[in-house]
Amino acid sequence: MKPVLAETAKAAWEREVLEPTLKKAPERSGPFTTISGRPIERLYTADDIAELDQAKDVANPGEFPYTRGIHPTGYRGKLWTMRQFAGFGTPEETNERYKQLLAAGGTGLSVAFDLPTLMGRDPDHPLSLGEVGKCGVSIVSLADMERLFDGITLADITTSMTINSPAPMIFAMYLVVAERQGADWQTLSGTIQNDILKEFIAQKEYIFPPRPSMKLITDIFQFCAKEVPRWNTISVSGYHIREAGSTSLQELAFTLRDGIEYVQWGIDAGLDVDEFVPRISFFFNAHSDFFEEIAKYRAARKIWARVMRDRFGAKDERSLKLRFHTQTAGVSLTAQQPYNNVVRTALQALSAVLGGTNSLHTNSLDEALALPTTEAATLALRTQQVIAHESGVTNVVDPLGGSYFIERLTLDMEEGAYKYFDAIDRMGGMVAAIEQGFPQREIAEASYRFQQAFEKKDKIMVGVNAYVDPNEPPFPILYIDDQAADQQLARLAELKRTRNNAAVSRALVTLQEAARSGANTMYPLLDCVRAYATVGEMCDALREVWGEYEEVPSI
Amino acid sequence: MRTIRVVIAKPGLDGHDRGAKVIARALRDAGMEVIYTGLRQTPEQIVAAALQEDADVIGLSILSGAHMHICPRVMELLKDKGLSHVRVLVGGIIPDVDVAKLQAIGISGIFLPGTPMQDIVNCICQHVPPRTEAI
Repeated sequence: MKPVLAETAKAAWEREVLEPTLKKAPERSGPFTTISGRPIERLYTADDIAELDQAKDVANPGEFPYTRGIHPTGYRGKLWTMRQFAGFGTPEETNERYKQLLAAGGTGLSVAFDLPTLMGRDPDHPLSLGEVGKCGVSIVSLADMERLFDGITLADITTSMTINSPAPMIFAMYLVVAERQGADWQTLSGTIQNDILKEFIAQKEYIFPPRPSMKLITDIFQFCAKEVPRWNTISVSGYHIREAGSTSLQELAFTLRDGIEYVQWGIDAGLDVDEFVPRISFFFNAHSDFFEEIAKYRAARKIWARVMRDRFGAKDERSLKLRFHTQTAGVSLTAQQPYNNVVRTALQALSAVLGGTNSLHTNSLDEALALPTTEAATLALRTQQVIAHESGVTNVVDPLGGSYFIERLTLDMEEGAYKYFDAIDRMGGMVAAIEQGFPQREIAEASYRFQQAFEKKDKIMVGVNAYVDPNEPPFPILYIDDQAADQQLARLAELKRTRNNAAVSRALVTLQEAARSGANTMYPLLDCVRAYATVGEMCDALREVWGEYEEVPSI
Repeated sequence: MRTIRVVIAKPGLDGHDRGAKVIARALRDAGMEVIYTGLRQTPEQIVAAALQEDADVIGLSILSGAHMHICPRVMELLKDKGLSHVRVLVGGIIPDVDVAKLQAIGISGIFLPGTPMQDIVNCICQHVPPRTEAI
């Protein structure tokens, strides 16, 4: 005979209270799923988290596994860093925007580079046609970096630079500017994104094949451990994975597995885990499904702490504590009825704050149309300030901890991430999984599933597939013309006339020798930068040694 | 009647291929023959692909702001190669002020974020006259 299990309190409620109600008044047709397609129950009770071990799974803020946050005092000690990503046109134009952002109370800078810079191409390359200064600021050589930070003391601020394939070149430029300002590299702080794996997976701004790309990254780990110990050497990014259409779980799992891959490569390059892992940080998306996002951040901290301790034997507490930046979801913004984006962004930002983000970028309302105007960028910053100073949510640490729903979702996210880790480990790690196209396929599937749900109106975007306004007034945007391109082209020609070209050639040859011999590339790159070699020249020198990566197109 | 043939292309340096891929799949699900070029194609490569694939339609996905450089070049090359019958559609972030300019150079459809897939399918069906398979 089967044993008769005692009915749970939830089951009793369902039988006694819920069922009669449903007979009289059925629920809406749903589907009751998250934006990632995860089914959500109507109610969560203590029965749903019966397996939760309070001490082991949750603990208190500042205690392993940091589910409730890495700081015992949460935002009572220090608010998150309000870091607004900005850059467009010439270095001078962007410099002016930075000065405005700092004057408006921004507490850190975040540099957006244009596509030629991100792809390691000079403005005079054929593929740069029409792209110079459009999506970010154009940085060609050290001279541009000097203009970008003119009048800004690098020793006094922290700067985050969204740069990946040419991260070592751009970082070297920043270091030389700091050096010339008299700043001490030992105390200089900031972040380079430097996360090439997510480029292969999602954003596709790669130059070299995966393995030499990983070598550049471990070079930076080694260089910084010695020379710039307070620099955050990598910002392992789920943001772009999510924007490319992944689910919340895929974002979590692929990002953390990327992090694991970097740690493994660092160890394989001869570094001690606690020597470089404390400088690894993360970057997540804040998408529109409020609770699922909060669970994602909580699960991320918990998983990282456990993996660093158990898989890699990390002992330094700083290696166990996952620190992360968040950006609200660009992909959720609509070109239709742009003012609705202010509301979306505020809710997304709130989820990041309730999830304990360490720094935050809020998108501007006009970003589905163009790069933001100054007014729109200011409103985005004000949104964070309202959350920080008016909503009251910063008074208490992890206010949602203990919520049946949040704790259940956190457990589910964790479990799902470990399943992905197992699958990727079986493929031979993340580099191998990428070479096999695994994360790319998973994301493409998820993105198509969402599109279908949107087309069927299972998922509603207000103003787009519901509540459409056929008579929308035109919306004022920032229009970037070709003046920046003309100026950058002229300057590049001038640079090549005035610098010591023989010194540039010598520095580039030394760089190639380092790349061939397996020596650390950061030192010869610094010399290339000091000689005013361009980003394109430095990348071309390495292209000659390592070749370029080409993706096999698939749909 | 032969199947409508579409080349979906991603010109410029931008790697954000979510839209291009979703549209390629949607058009394929709608019964069209879809060829996806992959990333970072020059206008020359795109037009060569259209010629080689005997395409009826080229779909360009551009989010970087380079559309006013890329689209005119594609139209010019199509004319040079005697491919003026090929319809060109553009999807991406296109400011209002550029829409009329793109229409003026002969772009058949301009699709902004949030466009239902069916609108794109309908646009293609409207612009491409049914033709019989060449022998």
